[in-house]
Amino acid sequence: MPEANGLTPGRVLEAYRTVLRARALDDRRFVLNRAGKLAFIISPRGHEVAQVAAIAALQPGRDRFCLYYRNFAAALACGFTPEELMLSAFARAADPSSGGRQTPGNFGSRRRGIVIGSSTVGPQIPKAAGIGLALKWKGEGALCYVSFGEGATSQGDFHEGLNFAAIHRCPVIFFCENNHWAISVPQALQVAGPGVAERAAAYGIPGVRVAGDDFFAVHAAVAEAAERARSGQGPSLIEAEVLRLQSHSTDDDQRAYRGAAELAAEAQRDPIPRLRDALIERGWLSMEADQTMRDEVNREVERATEVAEAARDPEPGSLGAHVYADA
Amino acid sequence: MPERTLVQAVRDALYEEMERDDRVCVLGEDVGLKGGVFKATEGLQQRFGAQRVLDTPLAESSIAGVAQGLSLEGFIPVAEMQFADYSLPAFNQIVNEIAKVRYRSNGDFSSPLVIRAPTGGGVRGALYHSQSPEAFYCHVPGLKVVIPSTPADAKGLLKAAIRDPDPVIFLEPKKLYRAERQEVAEGEAALLPLGSAAVVRRGTDLTVVTYGYMRAVTVQAADRLSLDGIEVEIIDLRTLLPWDIESCVRSIEKTGRLAVVYEANRTGGFGAEVAAELAERCFASLDAPVSRIASPDVPAMPFNPTLEHAFMLNPDKVADGLRRVARY
Repeated sequence: MPEANGLTPGRVLEAYRTVLRARALDDRRFVLNRAGKLAFIISPRGHEVAQVAAIAALQPGRDRFCLYYRNFAAALACGFTPEELMLSAFARAADPSSGGRQTPGNFGSRRRGIVIGSSTVGPQIPKAAGIGLALKWKGEGALCYVSFGEGATSQGDFHEGLNFAAIHRCPVIFFCENNHWAISVPQALQVAGPGVAERAAAYGIPGVRVAGDDFFAVHAAVAEAAERARSGQGPSLIEAEVLRLQSHSTDDDQRAYRGAAELAAEAQRDPIPRLRDALIERGWLSMEADQTMRDEVNREVERATEVAEAARDPEPGSLGAHVYADA
Repeated sequence: MPERTLVQAVRDALYEEMERDDRVCVLGEDVGLKGGVFKATEGLQQRFGAQRVLDTPLAESSIAGVAQGLSLEGFIPVAEMQFADYSLPAFNQIVNEIAKVRYRSNGDFSSPLVIRAPTGGGVRGALYHSQSPEAFYCHVPGLKVVIPSTPADAKGLLKAAIRDPDPVIFLEPKKLYRAERQEVAEGEAALLPLGSAAVVRRGTDLTVVTYGYMRAVTVQAADRLSLDGIEVEIIDLRTLLPWDIESCVRSIEKTGRLAVVYEANRTGGFGAEVAAELAERCFASLDAPVSRIASPDVPAMPFNPTLEHAFMLNPDKVADGLRRVARY
């Protein structure tokens, strides 16, 4: 029974509910996008289990999280509510991340320790090293988790951030969600060799590759990295192999550059049924309980959508607010 | 009051602010035992230790990124870019990350920090140790940009920059680092507010708005014009973003003429913004076209001394330009 690292059936089921919530919200966002109500969405489809498993091994409220734009499920796991994420999707004034200023997917909440992201690729990586350095100086045992896709590992900021964090043994977990595609560019044109994890050796830090659809494997890898970080042993690099079951964004159509057979085969490997089956196999979940949970989540999505759709937009006069401290 | 060079004044400001507030820390290449390539951080690591005075890897993007991470956790980092030319690898971190974090989080996050860099030429530094990139940063709402031109201003403005709630790009004219000594106040008496220009020469015939090393060059040029009976009023902006428009307007309403003198190349320089803004505000007061006196539009300052001289503005070139405005 995999109950190491504080994993109880209750906690795993709560994580599973978060995974379902992410998928249901995302499906609804796509419908709303096609209906012309949402301008732009980046889907976590295929990444949800890896994201929620990673966050479940950490301590939201204590740790810091530098998320990237595909971290919709991770944001939920860190404490964002469905309503808040729908407010962000509609770019409403009450969007807690940016008040409707950024595209949805740039998550931020100071009180939750979620450091506001941006839409350029990779700049959060050296920033996480700096946050990690500050956390090391504070000595309170908190860590910084930073995530990114495999495309971001081509950026100089990936090297600079890992190099700095490794030199100073900063409590940072570098979590790469490798879905093998950076928009239309495949992994073979992004990374030479087997993948990203091997790069850790160059910085003298541990690097592991895990199956991103295996909740327990991802959780164990992140829990081990967290233990290293909290005990002063420095950063780790984790590469979670995941599938991108949706196009890069609502402005992309991956059928233009990926074969139909490949896409159909990947759709059969959706990680959510795999997690459900694993929970049923352990006797923690029944088909009936699963359906009940899905019904509850769907009602949450309904309510969140209604609230967000009816919420007000930012005032035009707020355009110039928060440029500087005094304006 | 002790006499200090500009670079000593920078070092004093860092020392005093680190003494005053233990959240203040310094990071950059060679800032530790070496004390910086220009000695702006000399003795700081010996006094405050290797944590608060941190030698970083030779990688400017992470210097800026790490500095922002520290600021997000409540520290007040003063990052040194060894030359302003080398701030460009950090451009994305500065422009897209540091400058925008308050705005993009709707005020939830902020990054109070300072990025210091030696700027400008005239020291045989050649293409990559002589650039004046201030216009890049002045184009970025969310940043503040400071260029001091005297030891007292450098100290007072750097102390204010460290205490400012917003990120400040602090550009130090390296040609002035050891050019003069001046009595510089200590402690709170040294503080100077950001955003306030200084009228450094009174005159009635022509206003010059300038900053950085060009202040000294313009003062020499103005002395020559004075021999011909032309009295130049010189305003040193000191802070470029936000800049003290009102002080400039008041002067132009008196003199009716404006020249803007800046060391960067002419096209798209910050002086072009000054010229445009003041032409718009002071149209009814102006008796002559607003003139820019700036360096030529070549990629950077060459190493060869003849070519360096040909690039740099000097009192002769500035005086020629000012006479044209005065006689229009």
